[in-house]
Amino acid sequence: MPTFNFELHELPPEAEMLRQEVREFLRAELPNLSADERPRTWGGHSPEFSKKLAAKGWIGMTWPKKYGGHERSFLERYVVLEETLAAGAPVSFHWVADRQSGPLLLRFGTEEQRQKFLPAITRGELSFAIGMSEPDSGSDLASIRTRAEKVPGGYKVNGTKIWTSNAHLSDYAISLFRTQVVPDKKHEGLSQFLVDLRNTKGITIRPIYDLAGGHHFNEVHYEDAFVPEDARVGKDGDGWKQVTTELGFERSGPERYLSSIRLVLELLNEVGKEPGERAAVLVGRLTAHLNTLRQMSLSVAAMLQAGKSPNLEASVVKDIGTTFEQEIPELVHALIGAEPHLHTGSEFERTLGYLVQHAPSFSLRGGTREILRGIIARGLGLR
Amino acid sequence: MDDLSGLLADTCTRLFTDRVTPALIEATEKGKWPDDLWQAVEEGGLTLPQIPEQHGGAGGTWDHAQVVLSAAGRFAVPLPIAETMVGAWLLSSAGLDVPMGPITVAPTQPSDRLSISRNGGAWALSGTAARVPWGRSAKHVVVLAESGGKLMVARVAGGAAKAEPDTNLALEPRDTLTWSNAPVAAAGTSDSLQPDSLWLAGAMVRAAQMAGGLEFLLSQSVKYVSERKQFGKPLSTFQVIQQNLALLAGHTAAAGMAAQAAFHAMEKGDASFEIACAKIRVGEAAGLGAGIAHQAHGAIGFTYEHTLHFVTRRLWSWRAEFGAEGHWAERLGREVAARGAQALWTMLTSR
Ligand SMILES: Cc1cc2nc3c(=O)[nH]c(=O)nc-3n(C[C@H](O)[C@H](O)[C@H](O)COP(=O)(O)OP(=O)(O)OC[C@H]3O[C@@H](n4cnc5c(N)ncnc54)[C@H](O)[C@@H]3O)c2cc1C
Repeated sequence: MPTFNFELHELPPEAEMLRQEVREFLRAELPNLSADERPRTWGGHSPEFSKKLAAKGWIGMTWPKKYGGHERSFLERYVVLEETLAAGAPVSFHWVADRQSGPLLLRFGTEEQRQKFLPAITRGELSFAIGMSEPDSGSDLASIRTRAEKVPGGYKVNGTKIWTSNAHLSDYAISLFRTQVVPDKKHEGLSQFLVDLRNTKGITIRPIYDLAGGHHFNEVHYEDAFVPEDARVGKDGDGWKQVTTELGFERSGPERYLSSIRLVLELLNEVGKEPGERAAVLVGRLTAHLNTLRQMSLSVAAMLQAGKSPNLEASVVKDIGTTFEQEIPELVHALIGAEPHLHTGSEFERTLGYLVQHAPSFSLRGGTREILRGIIARGLGLR
Repeated sequence: MDDLSGLLADTCTRLFTDRVTPALIEATEKGKWPDDLWQAVEEGGLTLPQIPEQHGGAGGTWDHAQVVLSAAGRFAVPLPIAETMVGAWLLSSAGLDVPMGPITVAPTQPSDRLSISRNGGAWALSGTAARVPWGRSAKHVVVLAESGGKLMVARVAGGAAKAEPDTNLALEPRDTLTWSNAPVAAAGTSDSLQPDSLWLAGAMVRAAQMAGGLEFLLSQSVKYVSERKQFGKPLSTFQVIQQNLALLAGHTAAAGMAAQAAFHAMEKGDASFEIACAKIRVGEAAGLGAGIAHQAHGAIGFTYEHTLHFVTRRLWSWRAEFGAEGHWAERLGREVAARGAQALWTMLTSR
């Protein structure tokens, strides 16, 4: 049975120095963000904030200098990520590009694509969405049907993507289409494309409102939309290999356990410096989990830094991390029973209100709990 | 992992695989002290990995101790290796020599008090300590005792107390020892000694043993469901079984990480935060893990015949020893709350 490779990792001094710099920056940039706005973090959209972060050199940190990157370590990047998330900074403008699209292009893109997109991403000028899911294809992603048919100079696309976060705000969506139908081999014949969401005719973006009434994801409908040949990422038909790599980037970070941290902090304000027994027990338990998850997440970053592909470990952190961040509003409710508020009430009540409603998505986005446990089970040799 | 860790891990695996048989564990559970096994473990250099060479140890670190203890937990080794490490650590931090032979420590209950006083030219120990691990079998008992308001480390011979035998769920000795003016073999003190030093170290070693026990539950469960067939196919092909074991894997990984962090912090000096986190996180994983492993094993795992319970009964005991999850969570929670919301993230990131 292959076992996991979680080894304790301490951050190097340059990463800790960077942490102080990031904290000062965040204190200066986000002084007026209320507690209940902070858990929005990777749903919070602010091109201005992303530009400022870019100016600090904190987008595309690990990428080569020739593409506008900064050739810093994954551990330094980790510090920037965890600090921005813990502070609840609005990162969604650059989030996908920094985490997924850029690394994907670095790995599979053409030299032209890298030169065109990567420097603009590191300047905080380009925003990306992810076009994978379809109405009939969620967990079973390889079953997608949106067709990209070869035509002179490019492809003609027909079909519908769904749940595309920020499609209405992004410049590009890296999208997975079927370029060939290979009978009985659904993982073959898929290809990824850099779809220009602003300048492509035949694309309609419709909002889908979430249960809290918010608009962040969309349906993206393609009707005879033309996508040029040079927008294809990687070889025609290599899409499956590429999206699984991309999902690896998506699953590995500290965002998979930090969504509800603001509620833990608000809980501390609420219970005060001398809590009763039940409250103290809860605070202690949450702290123990946070600390352990952070060590595990850091260990994944260290594996990336060492050039390994910790897909299995990342799945473990995402599974137990999202379970934990979902538990937080439930446990806080059980302890205090405060009524969750939307717009009125204290910051604590509004933070609870936000998180109670958004927690269900934590174990869906980026691959469901069940799918991740399937990956872990495969790692255990059970399938 | 450094070279010494790798060497220790290999030595443990080899030695425990050969010698810690179900028959041997059964015999110790019936009260027989496994002397040959102890000799082999001691000669293999596994009992004092973190003790400086001048005090008789291997000159390694607490990280090395963790490697041995998690292996001991994985194999349900029926010996006071953990207690010996803690006792030896107390002795050597008080500048005292570490003798050969199994050591245990007392008191293990927060309410028990021991005192030592001058009795002519020598020291003498008095008091009662309940649930002393391996109390009746240890050759030496290392105690934390008070002397005129000061904390001292003292070593007494194993037979110097009146012993009332008892056990934990795993039938490991947990005896009540009473000393009345018992002769002290060595005594000393150290600046770093706190009233809860022993309690913390005990919680830490139990966390490592449990993390190892969870590794066993995971590998044993994976093996079992891959071999056992129902409905014409191996259990491992059922999705719900895969999902449950994936969950067990997550808890096992978290437990291992939490234990590692505690030992590493101990090596660096200030570990009370990490030890509390570890005892909470590992204890929680132990309960959940034992539940998942037994469910996956069906009725056979509920028999004495099958070896699963050698580990699960230990996990159920160990998670309660040196403070259960609730105890440590309350203690940690009070500390965190006292510092306030502003400090939590800074604290987590500065560890
Ligand atoms: C907030 C949010 C943002 C998102 N953003 C994006 C985005 O930007 N781009 C994008 O492409 N997608 C996005 N998604 C979609 C997300 O990737 C899918 O929701 C997810 O993959 C699950 O697919 P589904 O919703 O169709 O559920 P389904 O696949 O229909 O699953 C429903 C339930 O059945 C379970 N299930 C399914 N198959 C199996 C199986 N084989 N074994 C056991 N259980 C199974 C699932 O685990 C789940 O519990 C987003 C989703 C959310 C919630």
